[in-house]
Amino acid sequence: MAAAATMMFGQEQMVSSNNDMAPDWTSKEVSTGTTIMAVEYDGGVVVGADSRTTTGAYIANRVTDKLTPIHDRIFCCRSGSAADTQAIADMVTYQLGFHSIELDEMPKVETAANLFKASCYRYREELTAGIIVAGWDKRRGGQVYSVPIGGMCVRQQVSIGGSGSSYIYGFMDANYKPGMTKEQCMELVTNAVSLAMERDGSSGGVVRLAAISESGVERRVVLGGQLPKFFTN
Amino acid sequence: MATLSVSRAPLGGFSFENCKRNAVLEADSAKLGSSVPAARKTGTTICGIVFKDGIVLGADTRATEGMIVADKNCSKIHYISPNIYCCGAGTAADTEMTTQIISSNLELHGLSTGRLPRVATANRMLKQMLFRYQGYIGAALVLGGVDCMGPHLYSIYPHGSTDKLPYVTMGSGSLAAMAVFEDRYKPDMEVEEAKRLVRDAIAGGIFNDLGSGSNIDLCVITKGNVDYIRPHDEANKKGVRTGDYKYKKGTTGVLTKVITPLNLDTVGEHVQTMDTS
Repeated sequence: MAAAATMMFGQEQMVSSNNDMAPDWTSKEVSTGTTIMAVEYDGGVVVGADSRTTTGAYIANRVTDKLTPIHDRIFCCRSGSAADTQAIADMVTYQLGFHSIELDEMPKVETAANLFKASCYRYREELTAGIIVAGWDKRRGGQVYSVPIGGMCVRQQVSIGGSGSSYIYGFMDANYKPGMTKEQCMELVTNAVSLAMERDGSSGGVVRLAAISESGVERRVVLGGQLPKFFTN
Repeated sequence: MATLSVSRAPLGGFSFENCKRNAVLEADSAKLGSSVPAARKTGTTICGIVFKDGIVLGADTRATEGMIVADKNCSKIHYISPNIYCCGAGTAADTEMTTQIISSNLELHGLSTGRLPRVATANRMLKQMLFRYQGYIGAALVLGGVDCMGPHLYSIYPHGSTDKLPYVTMGSGSLAAMAVFEDRYKPDMEVEEAKRLVRDAIAGGIFNDLGSGSNIDLCVITKGNVDYIRPHDEANKKGVRTGDYKYKKGTTGVLTKVITPLNLDTVGEHVQTMDTS
């Protein structure tokens, strides 16, 4: 009987890392667990993200800036592997900057999105990167493009991403309306990211926001104490 | 006529050239009964902070091979350039070689630009190399220095992601060190307070993590000056033995003494000259 019991226990055991004595954060890759989102309004876009980067169960950086500038009026929100997204963002920043100098014009947001798509699709087997590209250009105004894992590229009015986004799909469907003002969008993004941070273990820290329009980029940080408070069970 | 072989810059992606050679070596050594030596890891606690005038980097000095201490006093703060130093955790060989490669490339880069290198440049070079090797180079680094734009501190992970922060810790003792930082860090500290904080953070790692130990090394970098303090604190001095198991002379009494001389004859002489030119 004892032998049968031990065999069953053995089957349930998960195969984990070589050394079970070492904590998981010594061997796990750094990932931006994340909640990211981008919203279009008339005249620009608002992008928002949480600020937590994890290696396994340890928070490697609690004040990460996941809203990375790609060009003067184009940002990208990064989720997935920190190394992969940083490397891709650096490559696209270089490619877009070069392209913009050749063109002698501000680049289109669509171009930036396609550059991300090109890298993410070509190396889709090797990469773990979920990216939202958002910005303003003079031809089409504010635009949001979603480039999730796998390398698809699609334009949307609202896009959410990252592990925390699962918890706010309903909230976004209920609360986003086309034709909102910049301040309304900022409030919506703050509320949505806060709700996701509350429920998702891989998201947390502060809420970082950026509003991109023709006149420039306005960056904001909502610190822990100032986060909107919702019902806590 | 000797053929010149021009070394090419890596085309990109992981270079698999040595994998076949390694496989053959492993098979050969297995036939002889010996095993390939395990990579030496630096269990480690390393950390860095930005203070009012610059950067303070700190590290412990224990290098482990599994559960054995391989080196009781190894140096984990590596030179990158006169104004930039880098602490390394992870596989000892990887941190050593990576920092040396980037230090060499930065020196060449500095000769091209005619300027003192920037910390951001070193960060870029390190992250791009580590990303190229997809995490197989086990080097977790704390990079710090002072350049024309001020003091900068980066943490660099083996897969190639970096974070720019006012205080960072890495290695197996990083949680213990971070606990000290989160409690006592303030922006714009004075140099003595900063050194004390880093010393205490590394001590936290040394006394609470099995992979870290021995002494505490510090490196204080300010504009135009570097203080490489090794060791700053010998936290684990070897104790003095209080007792002795030796027997005093005369404990055993001598009863008789017999001396037998051995007569040896020289059979032959052979001289081998050494080429000492």
